[in-house]
Amino acid sequence: MQVDKYMRGTVTVIALNGELDSHTAPEVQRSLDDLVPGDGTVVLDLSRMSYMSSAGLRVLLLVYRQARQDKVGLVLSCVPEDVLAMMSATGFLSFFTVTDTVDEGLEALAV
Amino acid sequence: MSRTLPQRIDAYPTHWIAGLSVRSGRLMPFGATEVPGGVNFSVYSNNATAMTLVLFRRGERGPFAELPFPAEFRIGGVYAMTVFGIDPETTQYGYRADGPFRPEEGHRFDATRILVDPYAKVLNGQEIWGVPVDRDQEFPRRSGIAPDDFDWEGDRPLGLPEEDLVVYEAHVRGFTRHPSAAVGAPGTFAGLVEKIPYLKELGVTCVELMPVFEFDEMDNVRVDPTTGDRLHNYWGYSTVGFFAPKASFAATGRHGMQVDEFKNLVKELHKAGIEVMLDVVFNHTAEGNELGPTISFRGLDNRVYYMLTSDGYYYNFSGTGNTVNCNHPVVRGFVLDCLRYWASEFHVDGFRFDLASILGRAQDGRSLMEPPLVETLAGDPVLRDCKLIAEAWDAGGLYQVGSFPDYCRFGEWNGRYRDTVRRFLRGDLGVTGDLATRMVGSPDLYHRRGPVASVNFVTAHDGFTLHDLVSYDDKHNDGNGEGNRDGDNANHSWNCGAEGPTDDPEVLALRGRQQRNAFLLLLTSLGIPMIVAGDEAGRTQQGNNNAYCHDDEISWFDWDLVDRNSDLVRFVRNAIAFRKAHPALRRREHPTGHTGEGIFPDTSWHGAHAWTPEWSGYSRLLAAMHCTRDGDIVYVAANSHWEGCDLELPELPEHLAWHVFADTAAPSPGDSHEPGSEPRLADQSSIRIGPRSVLVLTAGTRSSISRGED
Repeated sequence: MQVDKYMRGTVTVIALNGELDSHTAPEVQRSLDDLVPGDGTVVLDLSRMSYMSSAGLRVLLLVYRQARQDKVGLVLSCVPEDVLAMMSATGFLSFFTVTDTVDEGLEALAV
Repeated sequence: MSRTLPQRIDAYPTHWIAGLSVRSGRLMPFGATEVPGGVNFSVYSNNATAMTLVLFRRGERGPFAELPFPAEFRIGGVYAMTVFGIDPETTQYGYRADGPFRPEEGHRFDATRILVDPYAKVLNGQEIWGVPVDRDQEFPRRSGIAPDDFDWEGDRPLGLPEEDLVVYEAHVRGFTRHPSAAVGAPGTFAGLVEKIPYLKELGVTCVELMPVFEFDEMDNVRVDPTTGDRLHNYWGYSTVGFFAPKASFAATGRHGMQVDEFKNLVKELHKAGIEVMLDVVFNHTAEGNELGPTISFRGLDNRVYYMLTSDGYYYNFSGTGNTVNCNHPVVRGFVLDCLRYWASEFHVDGFRFDLASILGRAQDGRSLMEPPLVETLAGDPVLRDCKLIAEAWDAGGLYQVGSFPDYCRFGEWNGRYRDTVRRFLRGDLGVTGDLATRMVGSPDLYHRRGPVASVNFVTAHDGFTLHDLVSYDDKHNDGNGEGNRDGDNANHSWNCGAEGPTDDPEVLALRGRQQRNAFLLLLTSLGIPMIVAGDEAGRTQQGNNNAYCHDDEISWFDWDLVDRNSDLVRFVRNAIAFRKAHPALRRREHPTGHTGEGIFPDTSWHGAHAWTPEWSGYSRLLAAMHCTRDGDIVYVAANSHWEGCDLELPELPEHLAWHVFADTAAPSPGDSHEPGSEPRLADQSSIRIGPRSVLVLTAGTRSSISRGED
């Protein structure tokens, strides 16, 4: 799994590319710990995430908890349909602000 | 990469077995548990001579490792091992138990088989509903390891008072599987979540889910004779895994996330103020008799888990092939562990025990006066606030309604309530006196425990739906493939003049009234009312009174009915709201007949003349007036005669006046009113009750605003 970070203005965009499962979760967790800033706003771009397991969902929820604690604005963008369905069925989705595109994510954070 | 220290001082291997690093495990908790660096496995069998842990990777046919438990990893009859470096998410497992194969002594060990862990929290192999397990596989059902973290956001079991419960019995799949349900994930826990607004609006306060423990819906060999389709074991009273939520009831079952999805269902129901009760089946398992499949218990310790005859055959008090040996100390512990798991880990609010009388049988099948298992559950601290409801009979001839060993903890499905209300509504003579007893919480059965020990119901999943109760004289179970021989014959039903579908307006009107009569009696009776999902909208099973095998329109809730029969749904919603508005209907004590500090006695009986009930065997009329110390007054009159009659009403004190909440003889929407807007009666001294009708009045202040005519 590849984790890339770039800036859109003041917003940190982090793109996850590949499978997020128990195998890759620890490494992704470490990357996100490093890449998610201590303050500001973040868009997680999941458009290239091909699979997310239960361990993967837990990584996202941990990031969410950390961001909340640090008062960092966090948005999930471009969540693949099956991942979205899974997050919805298990209630994980209700924790997040979700947008269809990264641009909409930026708008949501600007409000 | 930085070196990290282990999180525990025992998180290091001491042995290598089958290429994996392991150490002697921790015995408790039983089952498979994630621990730092690996997974701890613990399994017990008092009669096995050796045990092997078999590990699979998800998606691979054969095991990747078989690890015999070394002697030093066993304490007593418990085998425990921590395996390091395996991925809990992709590892699946089972056990081989070795020991004697001597059926005449009850032992059926067979080390060639790989067994399901009775404590498995996730079961793989039937993630898709309707797809049978792959019998070509050596081990089609594999135990999995579930993450136990979940963000409950402060959720707790609701702890509603029993008297405030309005129970709604539902089948997870049937509730939203019909296309008309229009949910994102039909037939699943997630689908049910989407319907919570409907439940909330209806006003029910507890959802009782038919079995959600993993079962095999494909273990029915029968075929529908008309369609030729294979029948199912749709209801699921045949448990395969007692700790595992049914995978195919979860939209995420394919991803092994059924535990999360079920927890979310409980959390969302709780947010809506609705409790969750589980229908649990501890009386038998899916392994059947000596001809059935070996899944788990039979191979782990047959003689312990099942009641056996002296020559090793299976007792069949459940009517399904085997009987769980509930009062064996090992099995007692297992049942307790299981219920504690659901209560603590899933925040479940209560349990309804299927064929609970089996829980009170000794190892040789005798009925026990003080069954240890029942006593254990009644006194357990984890379960202390859980509602415990017994189906107080079994298929072996025990019928214990009113005499189940309750330890002042267990309520009961009140089968006598069902039968009496049905017979009265049908117009049977000689049941009016018994109806009175049923309306006040069956003090003859539950005098020690009070009305809340009585779960009142007119219909349940097992039997006719309410619509069919008033539309069919006889069961029509031909589609079950048993020549209409299955299912109860004592339905006390009446078709109102035509068998099944009809366009006769008089018959249809009477059916509509009879359904309302049933709802009104149910929701104004003391005790806990239970409604079957769909009855509020007139759901039909086309006369089938044993639809356990139908995964089709017979069993599914057709949501178009909610619109088509919106007047009935509205009536039920009002009746539930009325119950909630009136403490007189939710008392915890049976009536004494004394006035005490109230205006009237707590309950008084009336007939055509006030204060003069007609208890003769020829009476088809009964009126009850309930009154609390705080002055809440409700008058319920029921007439099962085909002619109406005038009722003299008890005279109210000067400042009060009778208001009509419901009159089933009146056409909709006048058949019921929203609580608080009941019209005041013009004539305060008498009222006409229609033929085969129920009437409910309440006393309000004379000055209270009402929409009705004075």
